[in-house]
Amino acid sequence: MSYPNDRRYASSHEWVKLEGDVATIGITQHAQDQLGDVVHVELPAVGKAVAAGEGMAEVESVKAVSDIYAPVAGVVVEVNGALDGNEGMINSDPHGAGWMVRLRVADPGAVAGLLDAAAYAASL
Amino acid sequence: MSLRRTPFHAFHKEAGARLVDFGGWEMPVQYTGILEEHHGCRARVGLFDVSHMGEVRILGPRALAAVQHLVTNDAAKLVDGQAMYTAMCNERGGIVDDLIVYRFGAEDYLICVNAANRDKDLAWMRAHNPHGAEIRNESEVWAQVAIQGRHAAAIVQQLAPAVDVAAIATYHFAPDAVFAGIEGCVLARTGYTGEDGFEVFLPAGAADVAWHAIHAAGAPYGLVDVGLGARDTLRLEMKYALYGNDITDDTTPLEAGLAWVTKLEKGDFVGRDAIVAQKQAGVPRRLVGLRVAERIARPHSPILHGDVVVGEVTSGTRGPSVEANIALGYVPTALAAVGTALRIDIRGKMAEAIVAKTPFYTRPT
Repeated sequence: MSYPNDRRYASSHEWVKLEGDVATIGITQHAQDQLGDVVHVELPAVGKAVAAGEGMAEVESVKAVSDIYAPVAGVVVEVNGALDGNEGMINSDPHGAGWMVRLRVADPGAVAGLLDAAAYAASL
Repeated sequence: MSLRRTPFHAFHKEAGARLVDFGGWEMPVQYTGILEEHHGCRARVGLFDVSHMGEVRILGPRALAAVQHLVTNDAAKLVDGQAMYTAMCNERGGIVDDLIVYRFGAEDYLICVNAANRDKDLAWMRAHNPHGAEIRNESEVWAQVAIQGRHAAAIVQQLAPAVDVAAIATYHFAPDAVFAGIEGCVLARTGYTGEDGFEVFLPAGAADVAWHAIHAAGAPYGLVDVGLGARDTLRLEMKYALYGNDITDDTTPLEAGLAWVTKLEKGDFVGRDAIVAQKQAGVPRRLVGLRVAERIARPHSPILHGDVVVGEVTSGTRGPSVEANIALGYVPTALAAVGTALRIDIRGKMAEAIVAKTPFYTRPT
């Protein structure tokens, strides 16, 4: 299983891709595999401020529900509306079209403190 | 304690199934994905390993009396080659297990019991055997598969050419059939999915042969292996009860919607007095089907009417074929009518729920 090098990873199985001060967040290939078929996603309201480590979204599969934590602090600027009715994109393309939330981060430097691809893959 | 394995365990591993602890058994929860397996079974045909289920044989001249004493349904109505679904109750009218009873002969009944209840049921049957029938544990004797879906009959017919499969009606079975060249198999037209299909009992030692043969015969029909995850979504769409969730030692058949297998006029049986008393006093709560807005209710989610907690969810899932979030739960009888608006507390957030007509799923004609 390969994890792209253009982003960082949280031990709670989210990925974070930083562009300027906007971080795109989704769940990892490993997380979607563990969860199974995703059938429902709860996304936060745009404008909501979230703290690092705070639950900001929920991903629900047929068998289980999982909280998605903000790996870094920020304000929600966009959520992936395309997931509505197409929740399976989280399974089929977790690192791409299955992204979930974009945050304007307070401290872009905090992202560098997360795991790189090799360290995340080694943690599994 | 190590997990128990069915004779098909190696095939599940080889297929890359995700294996989980299910009541002490290491069982496949999914092979390729719950949704794919669910739809594969509804649209084509699915193969389920159900060898973890237990089998108990009741034998001898007092076999019928023993069965009648143990179960709520009327075994006297069965003819050879016929089966019935039933509850087995305790003295309080609570459900010890739900079972299928197969009549092989006037002095020979086979009872299929839930995996997690194997030991409990056997002890219960032996402790409630005033007629002294012979009770034999055959759980290690049998492997069991379910072949379910619109192509199930064609596959079973191909593997059992000497049997007229079309002549086996629902809840009937062919005893002592040759299936995939294996002698002594039982082909029962029963299931837990809402699809046409068969449950096949075969000698445990022949499991390898059967697995390969079913796959070979099923491949042209698009047969899929189905794990416990999709088994649960399939049964929930039919409102088939799951023991331990929807029915327990503390729920009665009348509460659980199993009055249709509770024959109070058949004579005495364990639990009858309590059930009669409950019927006369009024059944206080009912197991209902619920359609839930937005989110999936899970077992133990509180059910509310207004702001008052009136019950709890016993099973919940996304229904892949009904394309809705569905759940089962107990509510007071006064709130059990179809169309009643309730709410479910799902991890601290309220979801609207409506008591729904069940089964949720109807097979397209």
